[in-house]
Amino acid sequence: METTRLIIVAVGGQGNLLASKVLGEAALIAGVPVRMSEIHGMAQRGGVVESAMVFGDAESSIISDGEADILLGFEPAETLRALNRCSQDTRVITNTAPVPPFTVSVGLGTYPDVAQIKQLIQAKTAGLVAIDAMSLAREAGSPMSVNIVLLGALIQTGALGFDRDVVEEAVKRRVKPAFQDVNLKAFDLGFKAAASA
Amino acid sequence: MHKLLQDCPGEKIMLLGNEAIARGAVEAGVAFATTYPGTPSSEISLNLFQISQETDLYFEYSTNEKVALEVAAAAANSGLRTFCMMKHVGLNVAADPLMTLAYVGVTAGMVILSADDPAMFSSQNEQDNRYYAKFGNLPMMEPSSVAEAKDMIKDAFELSESLKQPVLLRTTTRINHSNAFVTFGEIAPKNTQGRFERDPHRCVTVPAVSRGLHVKVLEKMKDAARLSDDSSYNFVQGEGPLGIITNGVSFYYAADAVKDLGLTGRAKILRLGFSNPLPEKMIAGFLAGCEKVLVVEEGEPFMEEAVKAIAQEQGITIPIKGKSDDLFSRLFEYDPAMVRKHMAAFFNVEFTPKTAVDTSDVPDIPMRPPNLCSGCSHRATFYEVKQAARDMDVICPTDIGCYTLGFLPPLSTGDFVICMGSSVSSSCGFSKATDQKVVSFVGDSTFFHSGITGLVNAVFNNHNFTLVILENDITAMTGHQPHPGVDMERFGLSGYGRVDIEKLVRALGVEHVSIIKPFKVKKSIDTIKEALAFNGVSVIISQEPCALYAKSLKLRKIRPFVVSDKCADHRDCITTIACPSFYLDQDNRVAIDANTCVGCAVCAQICPENAIRPLKQ
Repeated sequence: METTRLIIVAVGGQGNLLASKVLGEAALIAGVPVRMSEIHGMAQRGGVVESAMVFGDAESSIISDGEADILLGFEPAETLRALNRCSQDTRVITNTAPVPPFTVSVGLGTYPDVAQIKQLIQAKTAGLVAIDAMSLAREAGSPMSVNIVLLGALIQTGALGFDRDVVEEAVKRRVKPAFQDVNLKAFDLGFKAAASA
Repeated sequence: MHKLLQDCPGEKIMLLGNEAIARGAVEAGVAFATTYPGTPSSEISLNLFQISQETDLYFEYSTNEKVALEVAAAAANSGLRTFCMMKHVGLNVAADPLMTLAYVGVTAGMVILSADDPAMFSSQNEQDNRYYAKFGNLPMMEPSSVAEAKDMIKDAFELSESLKQPVLLRTTTRINHSNAFVTFGEIAPKNTQGRFERDPHRCVTVPAVSRGLHVKVLEKMKDAARLSDDSSYNFVQGEGPLGIITNGVSFYYAADAVKDLGLTGRAKILRLGFSNPLPEKMIAGFLAGCEKVLVVEEGEPFMEEAVKAIAQEQGITIPIKGKSDDLFSRLFEYDPAMVRKHMAAFFNVEFTPKTAVDTSDVPDIPMRPPNLCSGCSHRATFYEVKQAARDMDVICPTDIGCYTLGFLPPLSTGDFVICMGSSVSSSCGFSKATDQKVVSFVGDSTFFHSGITGLVNAVFNNHNFTLVILENDITAMTGHQPHPGVDMERFGLSGYGRVDIEKLVRALGVEHVSIIKPFKVKKSIDTIKEALAFNGVSVIISQEPCALYAKSLKLRKIRPFVVSDKCADHRDCITTIACPSFYLDQDNRVAIDANTCVGCAVCAQICPENAIRPLKQ
């Protein structure tokens, strides 16, 4: 079985740990071996959270610089910061809605231009899908569903090789019943947005 | 029912490494568990704490790791399977009982888990605790994966029972915080009723007894060495004249590298999972079948030095390398590409890896340093102490917890921290060694852990400093565990005592004790000034629950504040306290995010224009 290496980067509170659990569940349903590693701890205090997921036959659970096959970014500046994890063969999916760091919020730093972020990633990698996941999450009914919007976009690209119904089943298994409808809608909106991006 | 209590052998479930370890303890029939929380071990104990509320497992959050190990030592000498877990530096605190418990041994299985933290994701050092096993004569096991960690626990208990010796189980962050599928096994029944049989010639370690015990522990380690040589946790994978000796997560990086480099059939790997005592015969046999050997281990050259010693005894002169300037480092974590690169170089294999994209033209991306939360009471206390001491030449020893972040600007309060409890004792030293004013900070949980003895020392030796105890009613940094000052009814639990910090401090003989409510800024500053003026030991107890904890328990009515148009744009709020709820709006004016503001009102009290007001609802 071929190995696919996925890195997810997000800001604490954006729900990337749930997103990676959903993908792990999808792998179980699809019968694909998976190993995941995550760095948390400072997440509640506004830091960056990174998950690495290795699907297929490789045994390691972490991913070295330049070796991600897919980079999924929940925040545009964080996607750009993780560019060293990519090679020219990496496919990138990113949210375009910024979550400014505190230093930027209070005028002590400058947030990079999102158009420039997109252009840089596009030029250096095998392709970029950029969607405003925050607007779509609101449309789905909750800004908390940004993570599942982005999973929808990821699955649409086909980069991971999972069928959409497998991931939707995984969402149902991993998300509390009260939030399932919102999240399935979020998944659908992300999927459609990536199709037309 | 707790998900780790499901009785469904053979079923697969995705678990965090620490959950898998907790499940391993359940499957092993652990009856007694103790800990002091510390990342990356904390989720193990969190799960066992929850499980203890549904079963007859006895679990406790002990005051510190030394206490946890001593409590556990008694249980394991009363016939109960006992599990004691901590982070790597916690084992330093527990080192005193550890060294002699190894002489005494146990009557039922005892596993001591040390969660090491290479690369220091959340620690003050990256010490390699494998040396504790060697130092203390403890058998040691090290898993390479999440699934193996679960299965190893049960075998570690059986090993402990066969040798009547505590076993050290050593993990690293990449095991504790990885997720993987784990297959549930059978849950063993547990014995929860202990009985201590008096055995003073083993259990009372006066010199005459201990001389005999030291002889016995060395004999036990000879038995352990035989078991290590036969252990299925020590195995050879692959074949060929090139040798790799590895442990822990590095095993998988090495296995992937062998494949990636096309060395299958030319290289074999010796994976050591029962790693103290090392399987000397097995290693000698492995070396005899190799032309050269690469040792791949994070941290110190623990295996490498032993392997070289074995080679010397055997008269084997093949090249054996691991740590060196052009190969592996003693620093930080390893990763698959690094292991592959050094393996390619050592075995003279050509390999062109994927190159990371050139990021030299990427604009500067602002960092996201961790910050104290919106409405964190520590921010208020640091601000008030700074104001009260503004004209003084101050040293601020601090301690381990969320409040260590106070050293960052603009609060910039925190000058010295080496370990849990060092704030108090180092204040004793600074106050005698210098003429500077000393104001130190310790959290409530840390004060109970190891701050009290320093304060006793200060009273006895008549030192001169002010200690601020940040009483936020919880162990916050590691995820809201209780401590001896916590009201356990907030956890819905009864039958616990509670230690009052103010009464304790007064009973220790501290003459100047004051209480502040840090969200009352002016009153707090006045009280702090009085304490700073006192000649001798003064203690200020700053009482306000952790903002996140208060939010989760709905202890505070959340009433966000807003910036009114009276704001004259001094920006004192941003430049002096820097609460993450502040931002600049589209007109470049200070605003407050009503979604995150908890209404502590500290900023409202420092605004020179009185422009920050409660949001009208």
